[in-house]
Amino acid sequence: MPDVERRVPRLMINASLTELRAALDAKDVSSVELATLFLDRIERLNPALNAFITVDRDGALAAARAADARIAAGTGGPLTGIPLAHKDVFCTEGVLTTCGSKMLSNFVSPYDAHVVELLKQAGAVSLGKTNMDEFAMGSSNENSHYGAVKNPWDTSRVPGGSSGGSAAAVAARLAPIATGTDTGGSVRQPAALCGITGIKPTYGTVSRYGMIAYASSLDQGGALGTSAADCAALLTAMAGFDPRDSTSLERPAEDYSRELTVPAQPRPLAGLRIGLPQEFFGPGMADDVRAAVDAALDEYRKLGATTVDVSLPNAQLAIPAYYVIAPAEASSNLSRFDGVRYGHRAAEYRDLAEMYAKSRAEGFGAEVKRRILVGTYVLSHGYYDAYYLQAQKLRRLIAQDFQAALRGCDVIAGPTSPTTAWAIGEKSDDPVQMYLSDIYTIAVNLAGLPGLSHPCGFGAGNLPVGLQLVGDYFSEARLLNVAHRFQQASDWHLRRPAVAA
Amino acid sequence: MSLSIEQVQRIAALARIELAAGDAEATRDKLNGIFGLIEQMQAVDTSGVEPMSHPQDVAQRLRTDVATEPDRRDEFQRIAPQTQAGLYLVPKVLE
Repeated sequence: MPDVERRVPRLMINASLTELRAALDAKDVSSVELATLFLDRIERLNPALNAFITVDRDGALAAARAADARIAAGTGGPLTGIPLAHKDVFCTEGVLTTCGSKMLSNFVSPYDAHVVELLKQAGAVSLGKTNMDEFAMGSSNENSHYGAVKNPWDTSRVPGGSSGGSAAAVAARLAPIATGTDTGGSVRQPAALCGITGIKPTYGTVSRYGMIAYASSLDQGGALGTSAADCAALLTAMAGFDPRDSTSLERPAEDYSRELTVPAQPRPLAGLRIGLPQEFFGPGMADDVRAAVDAALDEYRKLGATTVDVSLPNAQLAIPAYYVIAPAEASSNLSRFDGVRYGHRAAEYRDLAEMYAKSRAEGFGAEVKRRILVGTYVLSHGYYDAYYLQAQKLRRLIAQDFQAALRGCDVIAGPTSPTTAWAIGEKSDDPVQMYLSDIYTIAVNLAGLPGLSHPCGFGAGNLPVGLQLVGDYFSEARLLNVAHRFQQASDWHLRRPAVAA
Repeated sequence: MSLSIEQVQRIAALARIELAAGDAEATRDKLNGIFGLIEQMQAVDTSGVEPMSHPQDVAQRLRTDVATEPDRRDEFQRIAPQTQAGLYLVPKVLE
């Protein structure tokens, strides 16, 4: 065991942000010691998990020294000195930013994403950049140019995607918290498959500036942690208006932890109406997932909540509509990768057209190319109305379904993913099967609503199951509080894979 | 719907992605599978439904017409594949 893990209490690895904050403020541990503890864990455990693409030891230690100075001077905030990891979709000035692609294998970003800037200002210490499906396109993390991430609960299985590196890093305690992005479930689904908590806020809450674009009308930054309380603290620091993102919402800053401080009561959720969409409890859900979700709903009833049946009649259209809208926007967004200003350029070409075509053929992986081709087709002359416009109309119907359902309940609950983590390689050659694994998460992105996944039990093979909560626009604080009350009364979120036990 | 090899090559050309002749068939089969999934959309009558392009009904913000970005040409060109005298170099377009 490395020296620092002997000196710094092992408890620190599994500590909550509240406990880390208290230890830092009491000078029981320094930020440099904390960063070293996690950096050493990454060095020791990452080769087996592949959760990180880049580890920035020097940058982390410099940030930790600065954080220690702020803490000593009494000018720190809630996240000052707390280590975290950034999904490699976020641009980090001076640090390699690959987005999981060969196309950006040499891209050292000249600027910070807004999220990165905010977390730096908060004094958080970035340990490095986490692995992800190339350009955030995937549900298993197998689409990374840098190799698949392994699920810490069973390294023969996928961690989910596309924020699989962030989810695996948090689950294995290679970082206390991590950033992610969610276009069709990319925060919630890997959180579920890795047994942690993840939240995607209302579209427009977190700035997309410096977050490498996949599908701009769906992409939204989010937070991953072991508990709702940790996610609330991270999201509070990540969110905020940014004039450089044209879809950033001008709203007053929110403290997403504000409802969490109310003392625990026997029935803290009395009066809460949880809507159960019949479409999310159909035959597509695996038996072990159903058992864990049903048991969690019983627990919610014990906490005072009532459950009501609701309906999302167009839910089954979410996947087809998404696989028109997202590829269409991707085909446009990814046209910027042309081998001229940054990124990969082919070694040999005869003319400009061939330079573009070869650079893009070499730089993009198979799934990214497929989505660009689908998007190019659905936007091409003569097909626009039948595909893109039709998908946008379905998007309206799906969003209206949620509004109708939320008139009869306060939050919607269901499984996050129809199955637990599957074996690496099981679906990697079958895009359609892979797409269907996001059946419960995609509709939430189309509507632009906030969604959260929290651990709610284990299925066959001791693999984690996640429960998804969906609320109305701007109900993040409520979603986090609902999950927090569940976590106060249960210990699923405290279970750790052997690697972090 | 079923795409022909020629259609797949045409889409790839529009997308500026070189598609080797040997890969065209496998690509077509995967795309046809994806379009099989997408085609479910066509069964729904959406007449009279307003298309939704964005989750929030907000108007585009306007800003004052002033420069807000500093000149960082050198830093941005340092990461480019090929530059010369402050310009990005590409193969000759006009003879």
